[in-house]
Amino acid sequence: MTTNEVLDPSQTEVALETKNAGAPVSLEGLTRVYGATRALNEFSLRVEPGEFVALLGPSGCGKTTALRMVAGFDRPDAGRILVDGTDVSRIPSQRRDMGMVFQSYSLFPNLTARDNVSFGLRLRRQRRAPRRQRALELLELVGLAEHATKYPHQLSGGQQQRVALARALAIEPRVLLLDEPLSALDAKVRAELRDQIRALQQRLDITTLFVTHDQEEALSMADRVCVMSRGRVEQVASPAELYAHPSTAFVAEFVGVSSRVPVTRRADEVELFGRSVAIRGLAPNLEAGPIDALLRPEDVNVRADEQGAGVVQHRSFLGAATRLEVGFADVVVKTDVRSSEADNFELGTCVSLEVGAYDVLVTPRRVPERIVP
Amino acid sequence: MSQEGLRDLLVDDALTSRDAPDSVPIRRRPRPRFGRAAILIIAAAYFILPVYAALDFSLQNLQGHFSLQPLTQIASQPGFGAAVGLSFKLSVVTLVIELLLMVPTVIYVHLRLPRFRRVMEIITILPIVIPPIVLILGVLQAAKPFQWLSASPYLLALVYVILAMPFVYRSLDSGLGALDLKTLVEASRSLGAGWIATMWRVLIPNLRTALISASVLTLALVFGEYTMASLDLWTTVPVWIVNSSTNNPHIQVAVSMIFLIAMWLVLTIIVSLDRSHRRGKGQLS
Repeated sequence: MTTNEVLDPSQTEVALETKNAGAPVSLEGLTRVYGATRALNEFSLRVEPGEFVALLGPSGCGKTTALRMVAGFDRPDAGRILVDGTDVSRIPSQRRDMGMVFQSYSLFPNLTARDNVSFGLRLRRQRRAPRRQRALELLELVGLAEHATKYPHQLSGGQQQRVALARALAIEPRVLLLDEPLSALDAKVRAELRDQIRALQQRLDITTLFVTHDQEEALSMADRVCVMSRGRVEQVASPAELYAHPSTAFVAEFVGVSSRVPVTRRADEVELFGRSVAIRGLAPNLEAGPIDALLRPEDVNVRADEQGAGVVQHRSFLGAATRLEVGFADVVVKTDVRSSEADNFELGTCVSLEVGAYDVLVTPRRVPERIVP
Repeated sequence: MSQEGLRDLLVDDALTSRDAPDSVPIRRRPRPRFGRAAILIIAAAYFILPVYAALDFSLQNLQGHFSLQPLTQIASQPGFGAAVGLSFKLSVVTLVIELLLMVPTVIYVHLRLPRFRRVMEIITILPIVIPPIVLILGVLQAAKPFQWLSASPYLLALVYVILAMPFVYRSLDSGLGALDLKTLVEASRSLGAGWIATMWRVLIPNLRTALISASVLTLALVFGEYTMASLDLWTTVPVWIVNSSTNNPHIQVAVSMIFLIAMWLVLTIIVSLDRSHRRGKGQLS
């Protein structure tokens, strides 16, 4: 993709309205069972009008199943899907007015970019001239007007996905569904297209559901992120809330980087690296038994200390920061230092750690381990 | 083993000079160009010689001299026009039934029952495994209660549909295998297309080459099939060639040659049209 093809929707002159923009979507108690596997387990989620919600989770968590149900490609065993207050669960996919962009390249190989974009309009019996005009406007919107007469195999992967986005928007969908549309693209194109999709979504104010397993994509694009595990919602929150205040150990470990450190509990506090730290959001299942603290790299301060109990075991250069993995016997704690200071922490350097956060998330211990002094 | 012996064992065709360390001299195995050429010549002779012999024979008169007489007399032979007409009608009916039956079936199997593809492969190969005589006798027995059908030449079309199934299935199967069928269908449906629109506007245009291939194979089969037509007592072109009452064998061979060349021409025209269509889309350089 060349630089002049990069889209800035805010600066384009194309006048686009979506008659159905801002339709609310409610998924209520969706359950889907495949044999012995419960892909969705009473999954519920409400997406506000014009909101961009990302479904984030590991493979097999049910995020794609949920999206396919909204699109009408799969039917729930139980539960219902409401779009603008209407139950669409039994309506066939072709009558749902949902625009969808797929993970794999889904352009029709026998049609040019323009004909692909106008495909849905043709099915709606729109006349040829306005149909072509609309297709060109949308191609211009995604920065590909000059490629209108090219066939899909003559376009790059990023260009194909942008045409697919234009095609999905052409039918003025009530909801835009994005099924990992960036996963097949290289890193640079992915980052560019990510910004473009978000800018378009905000401009058109279209309700959007976005499936991804890439937390960076989800956190950078979505208004809210729905983290899923084993067919259920783990947490729905804004990216900042999700990162700073994960409600479960799964979210804390799946979103961002966390170190799991065995600790001892004293009332509403835990003993960690020689000081007491408050427990964040006490959970009832922590009444008894051993627990672990979950620490973000930025929650931990490190300093070189010949008497320190920790040893730098691994260093990863991340650009502005360098991540250190500090070993305490069989426990490893990850922490970040500025790369300009990383020379102070060569491999094997003895260090001491302290918790910089006011409180920490705790969770039942996964495997009994030695307590950190 | 000596160093040289070991090196001889290690160096083979797969090891290119780019892969090998600079210090190791590579002794390339000589390419068997002569062998390849010999095989090509033998294979070509196997196909070309009988065709040449037949062509030569079809351009001779009864005295063995070169003549166009056999060609000019074909049209006036009794029963020839009727045989061509019947073969043509059978080929059209067979093709229509075959495509109407197989295209949706193979698409459905690919889309919804992918595990059934193995079974389909076995089922579609049965017409090749079962001897034609057994097949036609079975069909004639089965059709007996249906007087209108057993008395109609179009019973043959139904048999030909079965006979062409292995070729048509394989053409369509490989054509669909080259597409991301599920995504294309879902994309089409999400844009508002029903099944018929999806088939007509998305799948069939993208199966163009496979459909052409299946159609040509079906036409060739119908125009060349003898056993079934003969046992069902219908005079198609192959049956006419065998049973022709003419005293001039050169005419019979000339008819065979005309149909062989016609089939080649049809195939060449269709393939050329397909290639020019794809070149127009930039799919061919």
